[in-house]
Amino acid sequence: MAIRSFFVPFLLLVLWFYSSLSPVLSLYEDQVGLMDWHQQYIGKVKQAVFSTQKTGRRRVIVSTEENVIASLDLRHGEIFWRHLLGSNDVIDGIDIGLGKYVITLSSGGSILRSWNLPDGQMVWESFLQGPKHSKSLLLLPKHEIDCINVVQTNLKIEKDNVIVVFSNDRLHAVSCIDGEVLWKKDFETESFETQQVIQPPGSDLIYVVGFAASSQFEMYQINARNGELLKHESAIFSSGFLRELSLVSSETVVALDSTGSILLTISFQNGEISFQQTPISNIVEDSSGPAVIIPSSVPGIFAIKINSVTIFIRVIGKGKLEVVEKLNQETAVSNALPISESQQAFALVQHAGSEIHLVAKLAHDWDANLLKESIKMDQQRGIPHKVFINNYIRTDRSHGFRLLIVMEDHSLLLLQQGAIVWSREDGLASIIDVTASELPVERDGVSVAKVEHNLFEWLKGHMLKLKGTLMLASPEDVAAIQSMRLKSSEKSKMARDHNGFRKLLIVLTRAGKLFALHTGDGHIVWSHLLHKSEACQSPVGLNLYQWQVPHHHALDENPSVLVISRCGPSSDAPGVLSFVDTYTGKELNSLSLDHAVVQVIPLPHTDSTEQRLHLLIDSDKHAHLYPKTSEALGIFKREFSNIYWYSVEDHNSIIKGHALKCKCTGEVADEFCFDARDLWSVVFPSESEKITATVTRKLNEMVHTQAKVMADQDVMYKYISRNLLFVATVAPKGSGEIGSVTPEESWLVAYLIDIVTGRILYRVTHHGAQGPVHAVFSENWVVYHFFNLRAHRYEMSVIEIYDQSRADNKDVWKLVLGKHNLTSRISLFSRPEVITKSQSYFFTHSVKAIAVTSTAKGITSKQLLIGTIGDQVLALDKRFLDPRRSVNPTQAEKEEGIIPLTDSLPIIPQSYVTHALRVEGLRGIITVPAKLESTTLVFAHGVDLFFTQLAPSRTYDSLTEDFSYALLLITIVALVAAIFVTWRLSERKELQDKWR
Amino acid sequence: MKSVKVIVPFLLALSLLSFSSFGFQSDELLVDDEEFGLEGSPQHRSSEPVLTRSQPVTRKRHSDLDSDSKIQFSLDHAFGDSDFSPAGTFSARLKTWSHGGQTLTKLRFSRNSFTDENKEKFKNLLKSDDFYRIRLPSKALSPPGRDFVISSVKARCLLREGLDEHFVIHMEGVNVLAVNYGSPGSCPYPRNLKFPAKWSFNSHTVLKNSEQAPRAPVFTEEILGDENAEGEVVQPPERPFWAKYWMYLIPLGLIVMNAVTQAMNMPEEQASGQAPAQGQPSAGAVQRGPSSAARRR
Repeated sequence: MAIRSFFVPFLLLVLWFYSSLSPVLSLYEDQVGLMDWHQQYIGKVKQAVFSTQKTGRRRVIVSTEENVIASLDLRHGEIFWRHLLGSNDVIDGIDIGLGKYVITLSSGGSILRSWNLPDGQMVWESFLQGPKHSKSLLLLPKHEIDCINVVQTNLKIEKDNVIVVFSNDRLHAVSCIDGEVLWKKDFETESFETQQVIQPPGSDLIYVVGFAASSQFEMYQINARNGELLKHESAIFSSGFLRELSLVSSETVVALDSTGSILLTISFQNGEISFQQTPISNIVEDSSGPAVIIPSSVPGIFAIKINSVTIFIRVIGKGKLEVVEKLNQETAVSNALPISESQQAFALVQHAGSEIHLVAKLAHDWDANLLKESIKMDQQRGIPHKVFINNYIRTDRSHGFRLLIVMEDHSLLLLQQGAIVWSREDGLASIIDVTASELPVERDGVSVAKVEHNLFEWLKGHMLKLKGTLMLASPEDVAAIQSMRLKSSEKSKMARDHNGFRKLLIVLTRAGKLFALHTGDGHIVWSHLLHKSEACQSPVGLNLYQWQVPHHHALDENPSVLVISRCGPSSDAPGVLSFVDTYTGKELNSLSLDHAVVQVIPLPHTDSTEQRLHLLIDSDKHAHLYPKTSEALGIFKREFSNIYWYSVEDHNSIIKGHALKCKCTGEVADEFCFDARDLWSVVFPSESEKITATVTRKLNEMVHTQAKVMADQDVMYKYISRNLLFVATVAPKGSGEIGSVTPEESWLVAYLIDIVTGRILYRVTHHGAQGPVHAVFSENWVVYHFFNLRAHRYEMSVIEIYDQSRADNKDVWKLVLGKHNLTSRISLFSRPEVITKSQSYFFTHSVKAIAVTSTAKGITSKQLLIGTIGDQVLALDKRFLDPRRSVNPTQAEKEEGIIPLTDSLPIIPQSYVTHALRVEGLRGIITVPAKLESTTLVFAHGVDLFFTQLAPSRTYDSLTEDFSYALLLITIVALVAAIFVTWRLSERKELQDKWR
Repeated sequence: MKSVKVIVPFLLALSLLSFSSFGFQSDELLVDDEEFGLEGSPQHRSSEPVLTRSQPVTRKRHSDLDSDSKIQFSLDHAFGDSDFSPAGTFSARLKTWSHGGQTLTKLRFSRNSFTDENKEKFKNLLKSDDFYRIRLPSKALSPPGRDFVISSVKARCLLREGLDEHFVIHMEGVNVLAVNYGSPGSCPYPRNLKFPAKWSFNSHTVLKNSEQAPRAPVFTEEILGDENAEGEVVQPPERPFWAKYWMYLIPLGLIVMNAVTQAMNMPEEQASGQAPAQGQPSAGAVQRGPSSAARRR
């Protein structure tokens, strides 16, 4: 007791330091960019509009598949401004109106917005409603060839420029100035599907053409001034149409019949519809298979695709067709670009091996090329998908062209004068999976960067730092120090560092491309587009797994990752495995499987070359073992009866547990294929519960200690099992949007299920709660986030689970005499004795993702990383989510670090790890442990990427990086010098004393 | 007030027996009874497992609107990967609440005894350390419902004197959500092969319903303000200066004394300036030592 009172003041002091320091993780201003980096992307470009008429900054406006509208600098490819629309606000079309507004149509044609071109401010927004959903078309009358003609637009109603929008089965004319709807026109015909809205230049007419009832062609002629219907014609073509039209002139369209073998030239001059049929076999000799029309708008020319051959056909006069060119390579065609009064140009991009060929032609003269260039292209970019053309006046007053092309890997390139002016890796805006890999060990000659150039530089640097430390530095010196710190070549070195801060982030993008990003500064070390093989033309990347992580005895091998992809869009399409070396980015091997991949289970076993064993479950519930070696099979056989897994059937709310049974009993003997059997099942009542989230612990998570010491000298043992599954179900009614149900008919049930035996260890119902549920599972706790309908607030709950079967091991004598059961093996078939504690708190933000920090040994305290709705990442100490918090903690509990209970979780502005930045469109947060125990690496990805290092309990195991070793050295030298000087002085004094 | 105190435990016991998964709704109904006119009485949230075997006969006390009827549903079992066959029946009382909710109470289980064929199969399971599987219909009222809920256990785990089994049936209204089946005690890992002395099952069954989540605490402004002000640690009661800081003063005194004696003994040695420099870290170590020990404790 005496000892206790002795310690109390110390403890309080320590506690005070701890509580005052640890939640605050903020950076100083000069630390921004030292350990973190941020990259901005836009996603795969869908549509691009150039804005180069005016002098000033040349730019291109793009809309992307990530729902971004951005204005890019045409010279360097940088983003001037960018707006991310919501995920359900898909952009249908963009254009530039009056030369200064960017007009966007989105949300299935129901929202029309106008943005100021120079700075991206929104000017107006209008909602367009209509009777039913339909194809959305945006049409801005374009008569101007250059800016002079803008003034003379013929379509002026009170000097307004008018936007014509067809959406939701209604034609709208909207003022470009203020977004007011000037007139609207409904189409009465049932099942009318509009294909094109055409405005012939120089007229006040609008043609709306489309199909009704699959075999009827309809044409409406409308007065553009007031929306009055002038003429309505329809014609029936007995064998029906394919739903695609190509516009060849303002009064002629080309369609295909339903078999794809006859071309129909439909002209509606003066309101009279006339068909001209031309069988494809008449004009193309060796045509086989159905054709498809490639949408384009080049006057007089259209393109069809038969198998992989692209055929360009010209329309001459009265429906006569003529083949102008057949191209065997993958080809992309741009829209037409008016370059003078009567001339229109367009561009073609062809892919040919390691080169791409660019051709720009005039629409009316196929044989003459305005531009013909070949550019070497990185093979890893794949084939060109889209091309956009823009012209400029060269210094010799001739026409020059620049092309913006979108490649298969979603990258965006600007080509001009036969060279790539800039490129953007916009595939990185759609990351689907991330894994981390070590860098090579530093060997002689491997070192890429020289750290310091010479002694003088080195000394100068340290003198500057010393000045900075002693606060003698002038502002210029401070700037020099800062730039020195930011440019430190140390951090982007291509070798492992002692602390494990430098790693490679291997990311898989939706385009099926792998990138290796260096954690130091985020540069791309290598990239690799997944190969197409004979068996698989369009692999869809699904997941990344660490295949080989060499350490110990296999250090000579390079680490590699396993990429699981699927051959085609359907879920039971056969899978493809690719093994990629993470040092070089070379594909080591690729396997086309004869079965689908529904589930991948990395097993906790490796073979002698450190290849991890993986179990792939196919759609017939067979388990396939990889790698297919006899050694792996040997290891697997030993663990055969200890392998269990589960499957979640989302659609009918059943969770099932499985174990291995025997070899496959198929017709082909395959010793790596095993049958599975069902061990348990949990059937959620379909009328009251629907699975909304399932979360397990991370496989590679380290837990330092199982015991948790309470304030009253009691020990609790964490129930640490890798086989726990957290499941959250909501009422089927309440699975919609927040607020769509009353609190009485909505609830949320949280479960902790053991996946070996199917035991429900804990089950709790939150009445009046609604999804979406975001959860994270770590050690013995799970934290989940949901909406509380009664309190009209978001709530976060924590469940901690403790093992009671070990609780009687508190007796010291038992431990000393070895009569404890701490080291005995546990079987999950025993009846578990667990207790759970839980607590709920209100939380201000809605959440996009939750993750938890992970460190090398699991000693450092944990922080939750919460991706907020504002696209930032908030670090929240786990101590705030401790079910033992109470309103008035006792003195002992306070000493232990328990925070008094509050009803809501605090949001401390300094604890945003993204500080001032935003990770637009945040989708996921990944944490990777560094070698240094106190530090964890955090990677957040969405449309943007963000990386930083975090130390949840501060860097207690290392000196801060701005620690001045030089200052220490100088101090020591000065002290030694002082010793010598004083020693000499004292000796002299002694001598004088003796002589006295 | 006294009578209320007596009634509360009584009521709790009663409501334990007539437990329903709709904790909130059952509350609402019972408000009509005059004994339940207790506002803010502690609401029992957790469902105590109802041991059906040791269920004492209780007085029938329901509101007139409630009705109950008996229902039965069967337990099937399978040996290893064999097909399921009937193994016993559960009978329970179906209680229909006036608001339409239905719950099961008073679960009883009667197991069919093993036939010789079954015994032989079970012995094979024991030999091969295989799974003994059971299943229940997911809807007790209209079996089998959507699907069967399955559970399995290694056959060797059931072995005691005879065969001990333990069912935990998770209910949601009248739906069987899951059944957890296993031995009532532990099942030590290296499972040894032995055979049961007698072929009779000793069954325990538990019905479990969902717990209610504790509500997030809502504090009044006053407490909140209190919490906010509590940035610094609560001050311990005032004590004299010496009592508070003696542990700092003594090392400091020692250092000073040490320095003084050194300076006195060796006045010629000018490097005495280093003595405090050595003293500082040692004082720091004194501080750090106990604190880290205390935190580990």
